[in-house]
Amino acid sequence: MSTNDDHTTTSPALVAGAWALVGLPLAYGLWQTLVKASALFTG
Amino acid sequence: MSRLDKSAIVAGPGYSRWLIPPAALAVHLSIGQVYAFSVFKNSLVESFDTSLTAIGWVFSLAIVMLGLSAAVLGTWVERSGPRKAMVVAALCWGTGFLVGSAGIATGQLWLLYLGYGVIGGIGLGIGYISPVSTLIKWFPDRPGLATGMAIMGFGGGALIASPLSNRLMALYDADFVSTEPTAVASSSALAQTFLTLGIVYTVFMLIGATLVRVPPGHGDDATAEHSPGTNGALVRASRAIRTPQFWFLWVVLFCNVTAGIGILEQAAPMIQDFFRENGDSTVSAAAAGGFVGVLSLANMLGRFVWSSLSDRIGRKPTYVMYLGVGLVMYLLLALFGDSSTVVFVALAVVIISYYGGGFATVPAYLKDLFGTLEVGAIHGRLLTAWAAAGVAGPLIVNGILDTVGEPGNLVAADYRPALLTMVGVLAVGFVANLLIRPVDESHFDDHAHAAHEDRAPEEAVR
Repeated sequence: MSTNDDHTTTSPALVAGAWALVGLPLAYGLWQTLVKASALFTG
Repeated sequence: MSRLDKSAIVAGPGYSRWLIPPAALAVHLSIGQVYAFSVFKNSLVESFDTSLTAIGWVFSLAIVMLGLSAAVLGTWVERSGPRKAMVVAALCWGTGFLVGSAGIATGQLWLLYLGYGVIGGIGLGIGYISPVSTLIKWFPDRPGLATGMAIMGFGGGALIASPLSNRLMALYDADFVSTEPTAVASSSALAQTFLTLGIVYTVFMLIGATLVRVPPGHGDDATAEHSPGTNGALVRASRAIRTPQFWFLWVVLFCNVTAGIGILEQAAPMIQDFFRENGDSTVSAAAAGGFVGVLSLANMLGRFVWSSLSDRIGRKPTYVMYLGVGLVMYLLLALFGDSSTVVFVALAVVIISYYGGGFATVPAYLKDLFGTLEVGAIHGRLLTAWAAAGVAGPLIVNGILDTVGEPGNLVAADYRPALLTMVGVLAVGFVANLLIRPVDESHFDDHAHAAHEDRAPEEAVR
């Protein structure tokens, strides 16, 4: 991707990819924390 | 370096503004690791054969450097643009881990202070403020939502780093079992974990730097079209710190953070102490660990939910809620927190969600007061309140608790003086927030204000 882009619209795939890049690690962290937090109700 | 300059990263026509939050999140998810530093504490104490206090200083140093670098380098970040700032932040944060890794491998604690604490801390400060101003400029209609998304990432970073670090230590040291509270990883495994994290975070942050753009018309500060504050204010950072509004907001942030740290600092032993009968707690160590997890989620979600809400109800009423309702919650916690674990957890969750919300909403509050002219630099200066609260909060709580005993062997009543002190701290913040008024016109930047006034009639004609 170049700077001062000459294309007129951003590819939806790029937007989805960028969100997946940050969303997947965040989902992993959230899941791990939920597992840990569940001990409050079961531990 | 030209490809990093602000003028080189002006978005072309049709560039989606929805690429900017993930760019910001790539940075904030990485630097949010700092709140998971405690995962290394036991292993570092063993590795350096030193005290918990000596290792605790690594984290404190990083947070103090965060505040100082954000304050000192805020104007540079504003003028250089988000890509250059993100690249420098990535290099500092990554180098911090690498130097820290060398310190662990060679048994030199000072290298860990220098690497993670000082160099990494500078990366934290630059990284934290690097996307804020850009997000506000891309989302002038929803600044709270935009900065809430990014700063939520700072809370989320710790959620990722904690299990990830445990997995890495177990990968490099087969004898390390992360589920055992007293487990320690070998020095070699620690050094390799730091090395791996340094490389991963550098790459991840650089991807964010690649994605980020400034909105059309923002490549040159002199000609950029800035969004004024609610009363038309466009104020430079050097001028903003001479206004009472800045210092009232400094007090607001300081009080909100200090009060939140009061709980976060002692969360696990606190819930066990609140439900102690005849020396034994009815809350197990595993459940106390679960409580810390619940608070982490509240901290993260509060950043996004409350900051987004502030776009609808306004910044001042949002802080009235954080400080006013927070004050009542703290009072209820002190007086009735030991009545049931459900009540205790519910009150603590609301308090910590306000703690997170306070961080995430403050850039939009600054935008309302001072406009977007140098909002990133002003935000950087305001973060000294965080650094100060990071020192004051634990000092107040530990100082009061030290007079009655050691957390983990106390009862609910022993916490009351500390909690009631936090009620007082929140009351001070509540009053400071009420005293915030629109900035006086004498502080407006003449050049930027005149340029904005000239543009307004043109836009009206269009």
